[in-house]
Parts: sequence; C-alpha cells; structure tokens
Amino acid sequence: MIPAIVVFIYLAVVVYIGIFAFRRSSGKAKAEDYFLANRSIGPFVFLLSLFGTNMTAFAILGSSGHAFQNGIVTFGLMASSSALVIPLSIFFIGTRMWALGKKYGFMTPVQMFRDRWECGHIGTVISIVQAVLLVPYIIIGIMGGGTTLNAISGGLVPFWFGGAIVALVVMSYVFFGGMRGTAWVNTFQTILFLVFGAIAVIVIGSAMGGFSNAVAALEKSPLATLLTRERISPYYFFSYTFIPLSAIAFPHIIIFCLTAKKMAQFKKTVIFYPLCIMAIWLPCVFLGVMANRVGDVPEIRAKQEARRNLAQQGAQMTPEARDEKREQAAGDDVLLLMLKKYAPLWLAGILGAGIMAAVMASDSQILALSTMFTEDIFAFYGGRRRFGEAVQVQTGRIFVIVLTVFAYAIALRAPETIFELAIQYAFSGFAALSPLLVAALFWRGSTKWGALAATLWTALAVAAVAIFQYFVPAPAPGPSNIIWSMGGTEILSRTPGGTAVLGFMPVVPMVIISALLMIVVSKMTAKPHSATIEKYFPAKSEA
Amino acid sequence: MKRTLAYIAVVVLYVLHQDIWFWRRARPFVFGFIPVGLFYHACFAVAAALVLWMLVRYAWPAHLEDEVSLEVSNVEDEAR
Repeated sequence: MIPAIVVFIYLAVVVYIGIFAFRRSSGKAKAEDYFLANRSIGPFVFLLSLFGTNMTAFAILGSSGHAFQNGIVTFGLMASSSALVIPLSIFFIGTRMWALGKKYGFMTPVQMFRDRWECGHIGTVISIVQAVLLVPYIIIGIMGGGTTLNAISGGLVPFWFGGAIVALVVMSYVFFGGMRGTAWVNTFQTILFLVFGAIAVIVIGSAMGGFSNAVAALEKSPLATLLTRERISPYYFFSYTFIPLSAIAFPHIIIFCLTAKKMAQFKKTVIFYPLCIMAIWLPCVFLGVMANRVGDVPEIRAKQEARRNLAQQGAQMTPEARDEKREQAAGDDVLLLMLKKYAPLWLAGILGAGIMAAVMASDSQILALSTMFTEDIFAFYGGRRRFGEAVQVQTGRIFVIVLTVFAYAIALRAPETIFELAIQYAFSGFAALSPLLVAALFWRGSTKWGALAATLWTALAVAAVAIFQYFVPAPAPGPSNIIWSMGGTEILSRTPGGTAVLGFMPVVPMVIISALLMIVVSKMTAKPHSATIEKYFPAKSEA
Repeated sequence: MKRTLAYIAVVVLYVLHQDIWFWRRARPFVFGFIPVGLFYHACFAVAAALVLWMLVRYAWPAHLEDEVSLEVSNVEDEAR
C-alpha cells in the first residue's frame, strides 16, 4: 500500500501545480494565455516539457515490453532513430512554425495551412483527420493510469477507480492551468523520470547480483539472440526511421513549439534532445532485456512460457488462440514487476510515480484537441466573432471535460489492444501527414489540393492497414503470410508483428506516396495568390 | 562551407544508423555487460547531439528571428 500512497501524494502535487499555474495566468480570459501560455515558456521548461510530452506510456512501458520480446534492437529501432529525426524536425519545422506563430498569431498548424494555401474547409478536413488519429492516445493514457495504479497498489485500487483518478487529475490541471499548467507538470514529470530511472537501474542491477552475470547467463541461454538484432530484419529496422517523422506532425508537439518565448530556446532543446532520449530509453530497454533473467517472478515466467508455446506450436493454433498467447507473452508490465520484486517499498512508490508521469502524458494531447476545436472549428466558423474570446476559452475548458469523460467511458468498455493497434496506425498516419508541413514551409509551389490529396491518402491508408490486419490474422512467429506477390517479389505480407509492403513497414509507402501526391497534385492545380506566397517566402528566398 | 559540412554530417549519421555490421554480434560486452550493438546506438545518440550542435552553430535560421523582430517592431509602430 505504501507505493500507492506515494503515487497519490504525487498526484496531489501535480494538481497543485496546475492550480498554481492558474493563479499565475494573466487573469484575463485570453485564448493565447490559456492555450499557449502567452508564448512565454522559458528555455528549461521548454526543453523538458517538449521532451516529456513525447514520452508517453508507449515510450516507457512499451519500450521495456518490446525489449523483453525482441532484445536490444528496440533501442536502435525506436530511440536512436528518434534521437536524430525528432530534433532535426524541430530544427527545420518547429523553428519556422514558431516564427510564423509569433508573426501572424497562429495557434494551430491548421490555421497556418488555411492562410498559406488560402483554404477553409480543407483545413477542417485536416483538423478532423488529426483529431481522429489523436483520440486513441488519450484513451490509452487513462487505461494505462488505471492499470498502473492497480499494479502498484497490489490490486487494492480497482482499474475503474484508478482510471477515474487519473482522468480527474489530468482534467483538473489541464482545465485550470491550460498550457502553462501542462508544461510545468510535464517538466516535473520528466525530471522525476530522469532521476529515478537511473536509480531503478542501480537498484535492480545490484539486486540481480550485477548485470555482468545476468548478461553472461543470457548469452548461454536459448535467448542469446536478445543480445543481438537477429529478431528484426534490416528492412524493418530501416522502415522504423520513418516513424519519428510523426513527432512534429502531432498537433500537441507542433502547438507546443509555438509556446517558446524566444527562438533561441530551440537551440538547447535540439542539442539535448538526443541525450534525454538516451537517458530514458537506455535503462528501459536494458531492463526489459534483463527481465528475461528474472526467473523467480511467476508473472514473468508465465510470459516466457507463453512465448515458448507460441514459437513451438503457434502454427497449429487458431488465430484467436495465437492472439491470446501473444497477449499473455506481452511484456509491457515487466518493468513494474521487476520494481515490485527488487525495489524497496518507498522506492517502488517513487518509481511508480515516475511511471505514472509517463502514463499521464495524455494531458498535452487533451489540451491540443481543445485548442484545435476552439481555434480550427469554433473560432473559424464564427464562434469568437459572435461570442467573444472569453467564451472561446470557456468553450475550450468545457471541451477538456467532455473529452476526458468521453475517453474515460470508452476506456472502461473497450479492450486495450484495440487502442494499442490504433496507436500503431496513428504513428504511421502522422508520419504520412508530415509532408504537409514540409510543403507549406519550404515549397512555394504547394497547393491546398495537394494538401487535401495527401490528407485523404493518409486517412485511407491508415484505414486500409487497420482493415487488412483485422481480416488477415497474424501468423505464428516465423515466416510471413504472403498475400500478394509478383514475379517472385513479395508485395504484401502479413507478418507476426503487423504488415509488410515490399518487405518494409507500411509507413514507408505511406510517407512516400503522401509526398508524391503533394507534389503531383500541386503541380496540376492553381497556386495561392502571389501576395500570399511572398508572405511566406519573402525576399531572401527569391535571391 | 561549415553549413554544408553540417548537412553532410546529418546524412552520414543517418546512413550510420543502419549498422548491419553488428547485426548478429553480442560481444564484446562494453563495461562487462553492455552488448556492442546497444553500445553502438548509445554512442549514436551522443553523436546525434554533436551533429545537432554543429547544425545549430553553423546553420541556424537566424533570418527567422530577424523577420519576427521586424514584424513586432512594425506592429508596435502602428500601435503608436
């Protein structure tokens, strides 16, 4: 119960930060103050909060779970590629969006798209596609909160109550604190996780009798491949470098770029981002691999047994039985199980709070959706003009409550795996939307019709992959199930972990085709007026 | 020139991410417990920070800051 009490204290602190931020706000109901903290976030908070915003439950629990199953490849696959691609996208796109926001008052990417391409309803379509791809994150954040509180309290806090508490806490500080509260809470959470992640490695390592022995034993076992990258193909590994393109296209990330007080703040963020990624992901991945040497935790042994069964008898099982085994073998909670086993109670509580911090990253997504609704829909269709800015901010706050209650209601009823899958698709979807930002900011010749084509393609492709994976069950671990081949080349396959197109993850063709559609359709359609183009590409670009 | 070198460093680093040379090797264990493939990618993250420092130092889009300052001062002038 002690860890649960520590987590509750942490949650109380988080709510207090949100209320404190509310008291520090300008006092006037200004949209820019509530949604963007008056574009006044300082360098320290900007770095840690932007980083914390990206560190979702998927990043922390999912990384150790993926490493438990696939080995050290997880770090190169998800972390080191992000360490390069995400700061690059912040450098090239984030800085430009910040400058445009400062100059023209944009608060969402769609506002910029509407102005840049002289469009109205096409912007609404883009906003809706972004929102649909983002909602599953909020749901899974609440589910993660319920699961974590349940695990930390040893089952004393039921899932529904844990989820309700997390939803209420997140809703409170987003409702009161807006962007300022969210940024401060994210900063606090990131510090917590960075500090106590390191402690977790030391405590678990010494309790296991040192990592050298554990690694040597793993090398001699049938699981030795977890210390290499044999379980993943080089094509799949390459494909994954496209996934971090999604980061800058996520509305909550690009909107957060608008909050910086000065552009110089991006400098430290860009440079230190890879080091922050390493500091958080390296322990998570390493501990995930080491979990395979924890033989005296029954839950971990059961996972290993399910994995063995799947590998040996998977081909003879029904698709439903295979899915069930996969779920049993999933390692998303191995970090929690190791903490329970090795960390002293007080430390398990603080580390649990750190994990809660990651799970609760849905705050910035809730705020981003609220900003998009009030700016892209409410204000655009005349709400602000008719009712004023104060009503717009109140509408944003009401939207936060409605969205959180909606997400909680769904979290209680729907199976988690559905949303985990939705998140998989969402990453690819946002990566495929990234050409919109690149075209708007760097290509004079881009048009609204090119943007619409790329957006509709993204929506269609995400839906197509989801439907394909729903109707074609995943095969057992081993060779892929080839659905379509031509001249001996595998065009479309169902793999144990998803889908492959020409051996690559679907994100590769999705991004390439999205970019091609942007180019081809833009070439065929009328450009915005030259005055608009000059506004975005002033004299320097012409020289 | 330095700007171009920074851009080239980004491309080289992206290529170096696809390190097929350590694909099937666990040894040597750096510090006695970190498989070489994992250590390589930890070093990659540090190298990424260095390359990004180069980019910030030599290819920083300072003109954007100037444009914003100009726009803000124009707005202030109009307000007066």
